[in-house]
Amino acid sequence: MTYDEKTLASLNEDAAQIVARYPVPRSALLPLLHLVQSVDGYVSPDGIAFCADQLELTSAEVSAVATFYTQYKRRPNGEYQVGVCTNTLCAIMGGDEIYRQLSERLGVGHDETTEDGKVTLERLECNAACDYAPVMMVNWEFFDNQTPDTAAQVVDDLRAGKEVAPSRGASSVCSFKEVSRVLAGFDDGRADEGQAAGEPTLVGLNLAKEQGWKEDGA
Amino acid sequence: MTELTPVLSATWGAEHSWRLETYTSAGGYGALTKALAMDPGDIIQAVKDSGLRGRGGAGFPTGMKWGFLPPEDGLPRYLVVNADESEPGTCKDIPTMLNSPHVLIEGTIITSYAIGSNHAFIYVRGEVVHVYRRVMNAVAEAYKAGHLGKNIHGSGFDLDVTVHAGAGAYICGEETALLDSLEGRRGQPRLKPPFPAVAGLYARPTVVNNVESIASVPSIVDRGAEWFSSMGSEKSKGMAFFSLTGHVERPGQYEAPLGITLRELIDMAGGMRHGNKLKFWTPGGSSTPILTDEHLDTPLDYEAIGAAGSMLGTRALQVFDETTSAVRAITRWMEFYKHESCGKCTPCREGTFWLTAILKRIESGNGTRQDLDQLLDTCQSIAGRSFCAFGDGAVSCVVSGLKYFREEFEAYVDGTADFDPSAAALFDYTTVTDTPEVTEEAHA
Repeated sequence: MTYDEKTLASLNEDAAQIVARYPVPRSALLPLLHLVQSVDGYVSPDGIAFCADQLELTSAEVSAVATFYTQYKRRPNGEYQVGVCTNTLCAIMGGDEIYRQLSERLGVGHDETTEDGKVTLERLECNAACDYAPVMMVNWEFFDNQTPDTAAQVVDDLRAGKEVAPSRGASSVCSFKEVSRVLAGFDDGRADEGQAAGEPTLVGLNLAKEQGWKEDGA
Repeated sequence: MTELTPVLSATWGAEHSWRLETYTSAGGYGALTKALAMDPGDIIQAVKDSGLRGRGGAGFPTGMKWGFLPPEDGLPRYLVVNADESEPGTCKDIPTMLNSPHVLIEGTIITSYAIGSNHAFIYVRGEVVHVYRRVMNAVAEAYKAGHLGKNIHGSGFDLDVTVHAGAGAYICGEETALLDSLEGRRGQPRLKPPFPAVAGLYARPTVVNNVESIASVPSIVDRGAEWFSSMGSEKSKGMAFFSLTGHVERPGQYEAPLGITLRELIDMAGGMRHGNKLKFWTPGGSSTPILTDEHLDTPLDYEAIGAAGSMLGTRALQVFDETTSAVRAITRWMEFYKHESCGKCTPCREGTFWLTAILKRIESGNGTRQDLDQLLDTCQSIAGRSFCAFGDGAVSCVVSGLKYFREEFEAYVDGTADFDPSAAALFDYTTVTDTPEVTEEAHA
């Protein structure tokens, strides 16, 4: 491992907290892999060695797990992971065209990163926001009801270093490293940001209110 | 006409709906107080009596699942909440956790108390960071309020909750794959038996339930099994989310009694967009066989949808109008299954690969009539011959697609199919007509 002393000390401290959440240490492996991504921006050889060391596993055992999950990156990732859903529903509602135009604009294909290191583009599978199709995710925040133009604006702003706000989520998108730290289970204090209920979320509730329907079991 | 019944969604949209104070002022955690004064066995009985069936897709009776746990032996047993919502079309648990995470936490505490678990896990898919924030925050609030931790409200009952983020793998929604993943392994399904009730997490008795199932528990404890079972149809009780998506005017979440029909829901959603004709739909995600406009009046409950040749699944109603190519839709779904097959068993790993290759060949206009039979033949080698239910789910769109739209498949083969993708999109653009790329060779 080539982590400097300070980085290693803080990694050790975080890892101890993660391991303490589980009755069996190995359960900490997924959050530990998110943690090393929060430091290195991908699952680096150092990161694999670190996880193996923490959990008394071999590096082969850690690699076997890391390569199974799509959120763990094997190469240095862009600062922003931009995923366009091209699963059937979003694809047909326009996701295929959004992806095509974005790929052309950025000059990169699936799982490739722009030269400035800002954006890694991805064809995404269903992200459970189908009532807001077509959907795009940036560092795992929701960008709802996209068009090729709105998606282009988002990536242009990201590359220009401007703050970008998701449709439902925190008040601005954080970096890939920062989001990885949250996924390792470290609260960034942003849960209260955003309202998170768009029109489709509330459509049934609002109709029921309008009609005076109640859940009285009648 | 069926009316909507907002129970889980009742507080959504309120200012700071996700906070403890909002949930409590609407009566939240009242069911917990009631539950802690009850005998755990009586809670299990109430859930059995309510008729609640698992809301994660399979529809197995929830109370019965809890009842399968062996008697307590003084060693740990676990509740694991499946919050890995990933079935294409399914989008109900995400808004529940974003807008009302405490209904899930309260259900988790009551369920843990009922089954004698002192450590519960909520496995949230990793690709939804704000949901993860909200659930972690709700757990922290619940600890602070004394709803979690040691000797909860003087009951002598202890409970810790760990919120765990996945890392992007659809198969982890399968309960035994989820357990392997939670143990820090590749998320691959386990052989059953033993079932998780006997040997689950760390080989200890474990209940795995979907978010919506667990979130329904407080209302059952609070208002009673009779109230719950007065909603719904004969064998499909209670209210549930119906997630209407696709070519309807107002897509979204409609919480209604089981047994409502798609026609009623589409009416509530303002009809099909532009008044177009319905072509096909999924009753419960892409793993449930597609249905057509002849099923508009089929009650959306487990029995009627089963009798119509499909499954209720997660009530993920993906609606496609006449502008949609069924071949394109099915090809996209198969690409998904190919991508997500965990690779453990051969029929699924190889089968989804070949189905994708053949479907892409057909979609690109290079297919043959023989390919259509080959598709069905390959489906037969996967369905019922795979390690877990993924294989059955993967082929259902192909089998049902060929059943209803064989002529369209043939038109693709004959070069007479005529679909403009831009006509199906929700925004205007001009389709670029590139020469179709055939990236993989298919050999029948």
